[in-house]
Amino acid sequence: MSKPKLKDYEHLLRVALVFAIGAIVFVLVRAVLVPRSFGEYGHYRGNAIAEIAAKTPVFAGHQVCETCHTDVATMKNAGKHVTVNCEACHGALANHADDPVTIQPPKLDTAILCVHCHEVNGARPADFPQIVAEEHSAGLPCETCHQPHSPLPVIGAGGKP
Amino acid sequence: MPVQGYMYPNEIELAWSVLIVLYPYLTGLVAGAFILASLERVFRVEAVKPTYRLALLTALAFLLVAPLPLQLHLGHPERSFEMYLTPHRTSAMAMFGFVYLWYLMAVLVLEIWLDYRRDIVLLSQRTKGLQRFIYRVLTLGSTNISENALRIDERAGYIITLVGIPSAFLLHGYVGFIFGSVKANPWWSSPMMPVVFLFSAMVSGIAVVLLIYMFTSWYRKQTIDMRCVDTIARYLFYTFIIDFSLEMLDLVHRIYEADESFRSLDFMVHTRLYLSQVVIQIYVGTLAPIGLLALTQVFKLGEKVRKRIYAVAGSLALIGILAMRWNVVIGGQLFSKSFLGYTTYKVGFVTKEGLLTAIVLTLLPLAVLWVLVKLLPPWPDRESLPAGGAAPARGDD
Amino acid sequence: MKITRRQLLILLPAAAVAWESVLAGTPEASPNYALTEHWWGMLVDISKCIGCGNCVRACATENDVPEGYFRTWVERYHVNDTDLFDPVVDSPNGGKDGFPPILDRGGRNFFVPKMCNHCADSPCTQVCPVGATFITPDGVVLVDKTYCVGCRYCIQACPYGCRFLNPKTHTAEKCTLCYHRITKGLTTACCEACPTGARQLADLKNPNDPIHAFLKTHTVQVLKPYMATGAKLFYNDLDGSVR
Repeated sequence: MSKPKLKDYEHLLRVALVFAIGAIVFVLVRAVLVPRSFGEYGHYRGNAIAEIAAKTPVFAGHQVCETCHTDVATMKNAGKHVTVNCEACHGALANHADDPVTIQPPKLDTAILCVHCHEVNGARPADFPQIVAEEHSAGLPCETCHQPHSPLPVIGAGGKP
Repeated sequence: MPVQGYMYPNEIELAWSVLIVLYPYLTGLVAGAFILASLERVFRVEAVKPTYRLALLTALAFLLVAPLPLQLHLGHPERSFEMYLTPHRTSAMAMFGFVYLWYLMAVLVLEIWLDYRRDIVLLSQRTKGLQRFIYRVLTLGSTNISENALRIDERAGYIITLVGIPSAFLLHGYVGFIFGSVKANPWWSSPMMPVVFLFSAMVSGIAVVLLIYMFTSWYRKQTIDMRCVDTIARYLFYTFIIDFSLEMLDLVHRIYEADESFRSLDFMVHTRLYLSQVVIQIYVGTLAPIGLLALTQVFKLGEKVRKRIYAVAGSLALIGILAMRWNVVIGGQLFSKSFLGYTTYKVGFVTKEGLLTAIVLTLLPLAVLWVLVKLLPPWPDRESLPAGGAAPARGDD
Repeated sequence: MKITRRQLLILLPAAAVAWESVLAGTPEASPNYALTEHWWGMLVDISKCIGCGNCVRACATENDVPEGYFRTWVERYHVNDTDLFDPVVDSPNGGKDGFPPILDRGGRNFFVPKMCNHCADSPCTQVCPVGATFITPDGVVLVDKTYCVGCRYCIQACPYGCRFLNPKTHTAEKCTLCYHRITKGLTTACCEACPTGARQLADLKNPNDPIHAFLKTHTVQVLKPYMATGAKLFYNDLDGSVR
């Protein structure tokens, strides 16, 4: 076998060139396409953090409600419903906090709402106040006898602040 | 009842579909076909030479189609290139993208090119029109097929195959690791997973080359080289036994240790997974073909009988290994991680990730193989190509 | 409740200021949010959970969670006196509509709220192939939905079942610990809506956070501790049977 000359393995160099070109194209494409903030904090797009944090809240949070509704807050915080935040019953109301005049929260129906928590259920903690609604109130709405913001003591039929 | 017992609410719908069953199946065929080819190139098993080029083309056909089920499954396939631009080094899936690319370009394509280079150059001189253009591009502009050049090709091909064997192991071992490293899922989490996947891949790859060789020989009205298929069948038999032993080891280990997942998994295998795991994978897809192949190893059987047995055993093996992929992927999602319940896999038919798609994708590699075979004939032509610059005798001209 | 016009005229501007400062991320409580000053977790007190489902509904409202998928959910457990290993668990629609009333059925019965544990060593971020899910410097595991390719590997890797693929965006999704709220000094929607204080946001890096006092006087557990995920969702009174 004669000594191999360049022309005999030149085709391998052509292959190597194809691979080299591929590698260079890859590096160039990468430089263009990888987002600028990638890697800022870790292996992810750093801007994602701010983007996710920028979403507008739908629930206002009770501190905002209490800015205006101070009397209700005072009554509530002195009674049994101290741990119940406003929007837990009234629903998400950031839109109302943003525009209190035109956007009014819907009126709640205590006959439906209260039993979500207070209907008797064997899995609820034993010390949690539970009733069998049918027997307890016979269909009357709960606010007939209970002030929703401070449910005890019972206020009697029709009583309201 | 779709859900039995308790599933975490987000677990009820399966996240990975039948397309994810297909993916390890197709890449497994690649690894297996390549290892069969390497038997000839590196381990000098002369008997399987008639299938050498066919095995390489088969591997390429399946490897080209393999990303398709993944693309169809992704929520955003248009972003899939991100896996190459910002691969997460701790993610087996990301790293696998590079293993796949390495294997495709630096092993398979390169090896096929080197082995076919002489034919490509000659074909570029003998054909016309579009075909001529394609061949000329494939020559990369070099037409040197002198004895020295071909000897260098032979040497380079040998080295590439040498590198290719661990690369093929890595290719399918990695797929096994993608599942085996998920500690959240006790059906998957196991150090044995890559090994089991690899050996089952070898079974399926050897079986598919065997079947394709027998079919194409029959189709082309060529006599089947019995020494070749006997050897392939023998390798299939040995590989099958190792594969089965590994799976049995996993099973026995699970039953013995009986950890907290065992009761739930055991129930699943006996109920929802019974048909696909016990009947199809074990009885039909493993024990039956092993038994059939054992007959050919123990008894001296006639040529016709052996051919029939190989065809049946090979087909059953392919079914069994597909069932194995199904049982791993789908089975791993049928039970709750609370070990308190089971769900059902509702597979559509004419949907993006449905059965029809899966069937088409399984058959597509055969269509690709047909094109490859036309472009790069793996068998000596009737009007054989001129011997040219006295190529080192390869025996397949 | 009746407010006089005069009261309204005084209170309205105050409310507007309060809300604007919330949106600007500079509420009175925590001006100028700094990533490195916080390490978020959550405390769930099983002894207080009444299974009302407020948290599930609030989360769905706050975060536009698609129907049938859950960023948080509540499970109800029934544990026999004698067999700790076969609890009967249900979670009808994730507890979103509460639970059907069942009178005492013997054994132990309780509710377990679940959500993302915002693991310090999360297996889900480990497997993400592209870097679309990650843990922030302040300890919240998030998903960048403009980068996620929807491969669902993270969903498979989560031991707690808290992830899902959003059918509209085709990206992985899960509880974000209401990141858009906590960075503005608010609490999470689920904590806000919880009527008994069973859920409480915890800032482990803040020395004034009530969690520190709580940890001194209570024993807390995490789910699947053997998975070594560094879960930061702490449970008080978590029964051994909870999966």
